[in-house]
Amino acid sequence: MCFSLCCVQVIWDIIGNTQFCSFKVKTKSQSFCRNEFNVTGLCNRSSCPLANSQYATVREDKGQCFLYMKVIERAAFPAKTWEKVKLSKNYEQALEQIDQNLLYWPRFIRHKCKQRFTKITQYLIRMRKLVLKRRRKLVPLSRKVERREKRKEEKALIAAQLDNAIEKELLERLKQGTYGDIYNFPVHAFDRALEQQEDEEEEEEEEEEEEEDVGQREYVEEELDESDLSDFEDMNKLRTSSDEEEEEEEEDEEDEEEEMEAETEAESKGRGSKGKSPANRSTPTRKKKRAFVEIEYEQETEPASKTRTT
Amino acid sequence: NFMSPEGAAKKSGADQEEVEVKMEKTEAEAAFPPTFSVSEIKNKQRRHLMFMKLKQEKRKQKIQLKKKKKKEREALGDKAPPKEVPKTIENQRVYDETTVDPEDEEVRFDEGTDEFSAYFNGLTNPKVLITTSDRPRGRTVKFCEQLATVIPNAHVYYRRGLALKRIIPQCIARNFTYLMVINEDRKVPNGLVLCHLPDGPTAHFKVSSVRLRKEMKRRGKDPTEHFPEVILNNFSTRLGHSIGRLFAALFPQDPQFVGRQVATFHNQRDFIFFRFHRYIFKNEKKVGIQELGPRFTLKLRSLQKGTFDSKFGEYEWVLKRHEMDACRRKFQL
Repeated sequence: MCFSLCCVQVIWDIIGNTQFCSFKVKTKSQSFCRNEFNVTGLCNRSSCPLANSQYATVREDKGQCFLYMKVIERAAFPAKTWEKVKLSKNYEQALEQIDQNLLYWPRFIRHKCKQRFTKITQYLIRMRKLVLKRRRKLVPLSRKVERREKRKEEKALIAAQLDNAIEKELLERLKQGTYGDIYNFPVHAFDRALEQQEDEEEEEEEEEEEEEDVGQREYVEEELDESDLSDFEDMNKLRTSSDEEEEEEEEDEEDEEEEMEAETEAESKGRGSKGKSPANRSTPTRKKKRAFVEIEYEQETEPASKTRTT
Repeated sequence: NFMSPEGAAKKSGADQEEVEVKMEKTEAEAAFPPTFSVSEIKNKQRRHLMFMKLKQEKRKQKIQLKKKKKKEREALGDKAPPKEVPKTIENQRVYDETTVDPEDEEVRFDEGTDEFSAYFNGLTNPKVLITTSDRPRGRTVKFCEQLATVIPNAHVYYRRGLALKRIIPQCIARNFTYLMVINEDRKVPNGLVLCHLPDGPTAHFKVSSVRLRKEMKRRGKDPTEHFPEVILNNFSTRLGHSIGRLFAALFPQDPQFVGRQVATFHNQRDFIFFRFHRYIFKNEKKVGIQELGPRFTLKLRSLQKGTFDSKFGEYEWVLKRHEMDACRRKFQL
């Protein structure tokens, strides 16, 4: 390809104004040139490396800057068109080098080369600074793995039964006495419950003994439950695992568990019904006589007392 | 049964067909001889029908077996053999040889002299610094604030692009015992780095399913300033033990029972669930709990021996997915 003046003009007519240049990228306002030897990056008559017989650029390779020059004398040798000159690492000296090499060249190309060189040095400096700072490491997530983990987590949550576990642990700690004297539940009540399930004969015997106490008044202290209940908002919404059982059982008039009885008893005590109520209550076995917790056996009149307490 | 001669006729192997046809005709029920497999029928519709039949037969047999067993059990009454326990993953867990025996002396000695001994002997009080990765979003910020209310003596600081390695000496100088960094991705917290300060282990967790306080159903009022109790469940292996101690040392040694607050770290199948509740004892056999506070799940990704150092740190344990997640019954914590 010869680069005579008229030839060059012809080239520009072909590639410049029309669509035929493969390096041309057109946008709404402007067109760009993707040619790697272009100084400015825009598609112009004076910036096109194909349509100018005399051209120069600055490019960098691995942190080293080079000045590339193309002259018309080498137009016949495509492999040797671009002359490569290494620029010094010193900014001012490199600028002088550009000036020397491009002496007597058109002002536009000299200016643009120096501008491009400045930009390149700036971004090289920024790159070196960034390497020293802390870098954010991006770790890719595998979608399959994430999906599996999510499922495993859900299953583990169901298997964990957290509420039950926590309640159990808290009750254990209460039993072991880590809370000291804060809660005034009598310690023996728990053992008593176990005993009752084993022997019924002993209960019958002791029932007779304790019927003497029927009719006597005893003053018992208020249960802590009452003050705690008033503090506790939305107490009704509290749902423990045993609450639901309790509600079911209240509907039954059959045998009820003693825990429930203790609960209702505690509640009724909490509401201030002190002393003994109607004579048909029977007190269960106890090793020591304690006044504040009584466990009722269900009797025919139970429903009446229950509706009062609930 | 009306199918079987045709179905059998479709099969290859003429001799077998005849034998099977005869067998099928003689038997009252449609019980297939063992050499015949439903998948060998070429016609899809017929194959499907045969398969459905097979399934129904199996189901029937299963129900009959169950009924029989039930009858036997009732007949025997008290002498019946005990009910079989269903297999769960927890039952079938591969025994881990690093499981800690409660009376193990070596473990006790180790725990007496490790980095937490100062805490457990009552010498230091926990002081926690909570921070995030760069430029946290609203959810992460709220999460940090709520964590700070849950953990007593915790302070939240903005990160502002500081390097962790430079923060750590400053924290040590100001007597912090813990550094907690919550990593954020796409506006949601997804990672937690928990670093015990003087020169303690650093644990890196993956955080998932974070629920902030306002998203909780039926929650109570905000947590008070009382020190909560701590419950650590199911930390059974050596690794689990060290992680458990890591969590325990976050909270002060003397919980204030007046506050009735409890923080739970429950390990199940290598997922650590964190919950914060307020409890009340209705009587000595029932306790009510009400959830306050945020909840989240953690999964341990790595445990490093010294303080946070991603380049030169010595890793005590790292989650290697291909080795460790291969068996469904094997867990690390």
